[in-house]
Amino acid sequence: MRSKSAIDRIEGWGGRLRTVILAGAALVSCTTEPVPAPWFKAAQQAAGAPARDETEKLEAPAPPFSAGIFPCSRCHGREPFSRERREMSAHKEIVLRHDEAHRWCLDCHDATERDMLRLAGGELVPFGESYRLCGQCHGDKYRDWRAGVHGRRSGEWSGHRTYLLCAHCHNPHQPGFHPGFQGEDVPPGRQPIVPSPPPVRPGGA
Amino acid sequence: MTTARLFWRFYAGSVRVVARGNLPYWAWIAFLLALIVSGALAYARQVEEGLAVTAMRDPVAWGFYIGNFTFLVGVAAAAVVLVIPAYIYRWGPIREIVIFGELLAVSAVIMCLLFVFVDIGRPDRFWHLFPPFGILNFPSSLLAWDVLVLNIYLLINFVVVTNLLYSAFARRDYNHKLVWPLVLLSVPMAISIHTVTAFLYTGLVARPYWNTSILAPQFLASAFCSGPAILLVVLQILRRFTTFRIKDEAIWKIAELMAYAVFLNLFLHGAEIFKEYYSDTHHLLHTRYLYEGVGGHDTLLPYAWTAVALNVVAFVLFIIPRTRRNRVTLNIGCAAIYAGVYIEKGMGLILPGLTPDALGEIYEYRPSLTEIQVAAGIFAVGFLAFTLMLKVAVPIALGQFHVDAVPRRERIPSPDNSLAPAPRHVG
Amino acid sequence: MSDERPDRREFLSRVAGTTVGAAVTGVLSACAARRLRDLPLEETRERIQALERDYRRRFGPEVSLSGAVALPGVIFGYALDLSRCIGCRRCVYACVEENNLSRDPQIHWIRVLEMEKRLGIDFAHSDSYYDSREVPRAGHFYVPMACQQCDKPPCTKVCPVKATWREPDGIVVVDYDWCIGCRYCMAACPYGSRSFNWAEPMVPPNEINPTMHVLGNRPRPKGVVEKCTFCVQRTRAGRYPACVEACPVGARKFGNLLDPDGEVRYVIENKRVLILKDDLNTMPKFFYFYGA
Repeated sequence: MRSKSAIDRIEGWGGRLRTVILAGAALVSCTTEPVPAPWFKAAQQAAGAPARDETEKLEAPAPPFSAGIFPCSRCHGREPFSRERREMSAHKEIVLRHDEAHRWCLDCHDATERDMLRLAGGELVPFGESYRLCGQCHGDKYRDWRAGVHGRRSGEWSGHRTYLLCAHCHNPHQPGFHPGFQGEDVPPGRQPIVPSPPPVRPGGA
Repeated sequence: MTTARLFWRFYAGSVRVVARGNLPYWAWIAFLLALIVSGALAYARQVEEGLAVTAMRDPVAWGFYIGNFTFLVGVAAAAVVLVIPAYIYRWGPIREIVIFGELLAVSAVIMCLLFVFVDIGRPDRFWHLFPPFGILNFPSSLLAWDVLVLNIYLLINFVVVTNLLYSAFARRDYNHKLVWPLVLLSVPMAISIHTVTAFLYTGLVARPYWNTSILAPQFLASAFCSGPAILLVVLQILRRFTTFRIKDEAIWKIAELMAYAVFLNLFLHGAEIFKEYYSDTHHLLHTRYLYEGVGGHDTLLPYAWTAVALNVVAFVLFIIPRTRRNRVTLNIGCAAIYAGVYIEKGMGLILPGLTPDALGEIYEYRPSLTEIQVAAGIFAVGFLAFTLMLKVAVPIALGQFHVDAVPRRERIPSPDNSLAPAPRHVG
Repeated sequence: MSDERPDRREFLSRVAGTTVGAAVTGVLSACAARRLRDLPLEETRERIQALERDYRRRFGPEVSLSGAVALPGVIFGYALDLSRCIGCRRCVYACVEENNLSRDPQIHWIRVLEMEKRLGIDFAHSDSYYDSREVPRAGHFYVPMACQQCDKPPCTKVCPVKATWREPDGIVVVDYDWCIGCRYCMAACPYGSRSFNWAEPMVPPNEINPTMHVLGNRPRPKGVVEKCTFCVQRTRAGRYPACVEACPVGARKFGNLLDPDGEVRYVIENKRVLILKDDLNTMPKFFYFYGA
């Protein structure tokens, strides 16, 4: 067997190398999948800050009145009533824990028109728009709620969304959910919750 | 003689060579077959019921199978330890036995592929990995790389070894143009299979125990410890039971190289441990789980410390020339380093990487009986392949089994167990 | 011996020719792989209809299998209010019902981690198996976790068969018919959000949710990986995911990140958001914030 020169050997291997590379290239999938750009790049191209109408009336289910309590005008007349703070003889089941050092019933409820709520400037709003009353003091929560960031949502993320009134989750007289209020005259439905069962540990208990 | 007739002679002759042996041989084969059957039955149960029969669960999604796979990739890579001095430096004493190293590599890669196969949840979809029928996510997925390099490495070793053996059988010179480049290629391929396997762990940001650059060098160091250990044992067996002449220098040289590899392995582990303990971040939890236990969970402690002890014992035995040359201590060292790296590269790598999991949960994993059965079956397949290939390769290498001396059916084995033809059956 | 050379040369050249032929075939056929997203539209529809027929046979005639694609101009984002989550796990079980998750073996796509307030977000000391009588427990806060739908998902990088990918609307999905169950994606996910079907999943037939999506909540086979898909069967139809609607305290917010009026954009612009394991640069689209 005559020995090949080095050049012959290299050239011979060039051809083989080419075949190997071709075969290797065949193994690489040629499906090119477009890689989506990060979302904020697309968002930067969108319009500027949105205009949010703070006065738009929002649709919500009916307020969660206690049974038989509404309309208030069934019992209350429209005669003038002193707005001076004092102990009441009725509605004793309501325990006020909502800035009770500075506020009392007639700061929110109107003294004359009992079927309406009273804003700070004297304007009356129906119970279905109670969020405007809460929003006077809790402006940041109100803005969040209008944007959909505070409180529960259901429905469609870009279409019709249902709002709940503040009162649907927060008892207006005892709105807090802090653990300190556990078991103390908190109406049913606002108690701390029993958690659903924990997951099963892998490999048994 | 035509190619076909030559090949038939080789095939028929090999079958007959394999079919004759003494009692220890057949006992060994029977033992391996029993393990294979048990493994197959266990695997059938796993296919039927799903991987729930293993002990793997969501927190520890990889376990015994992948641990064994990782270890065996190292064993396969270790064949290069012999190839480099043998072919590149033409170092005589090792050259003749490189073939056995490559046979070991072939067997080990077969076992690797089997371990991956039994680990996947949908073995019926295995073909999804192979274009043109499927898709291989190359170059993004390191598993895709691993599939490629393992198969290429298997092919290279298989082609080289069969070429050499078949040419020796046919009593002609082997194809230098084919074998030489493949042998040269097998060196970087051996490094690459273990590097790619290391990278498939290193690239995972979710697992800080693995996401460290030291992993690839450490894999190579431990590979070079463990692979040659089997070879040393096999060489001694061959020296004892066949007329194969293996020089002491070859064995001692391999043991010496292993000593340096063990030192490097220990050093790299030490570097990892320093970094974890001194920096004392949350990542330390994984190392602590391995060596100390965390929150009362200490399943791995005995294994971790045993592995360390075995590594140290092996290092001492191999580095001191006197114990290296003493047959008893040499074999103790081989067993020690093999077991030590098996623990450390198998469970000692996978479990601490996945425990605690990404959300801090600790699930203590111990392989189930099914996993052990399947793994034993796969090891038996590998050992069986290795045994059968050796059974054919040794006589060829000794010049006893070749085209003019193919064993015939009616031959009575001569007292020295050689396959030389009885006078009336020449040709 | 010399007459063997041409034999061998012929044989070798035949082998070489076949290899090249295979390589060419490979290049052509590799462009025609069988994932759902690779099929032409007609075949996709047929495949979905065949699946729907099969599900109707197994689960009843109300089953509808949607193949809805991503809506244009939509990238979904999620915001979760850590100051409001009380750890009640209603979201976990709403997800189980909505997405037909296996009851036995139990699979939960959402895990709620109870953490201590004084330690902050510390996974090593978190507990997802808390079982107190009431929540929230004093001194603790709750971090529900599911797939973070990363913009740079470590899981899609590592899948060896490309069975999981990020859709144009940002949802990371799994093709349950292509996944080989190697679980590399599970090893790669830093948030532990992927689950594996270790055995045949079991969903009681009377609890099946018949509104299904082929990449979402259709019943999965044994041996494949699954995870939260932002309720793709709901969100691509314009609805909120089940967890958003189930949360009794309104801690969960969902919307289109490209919509400047959307809730999630409001949160990002007006609240201080944090993402988990942000050092890993996975860029999740799941933002945690403190609303109160």
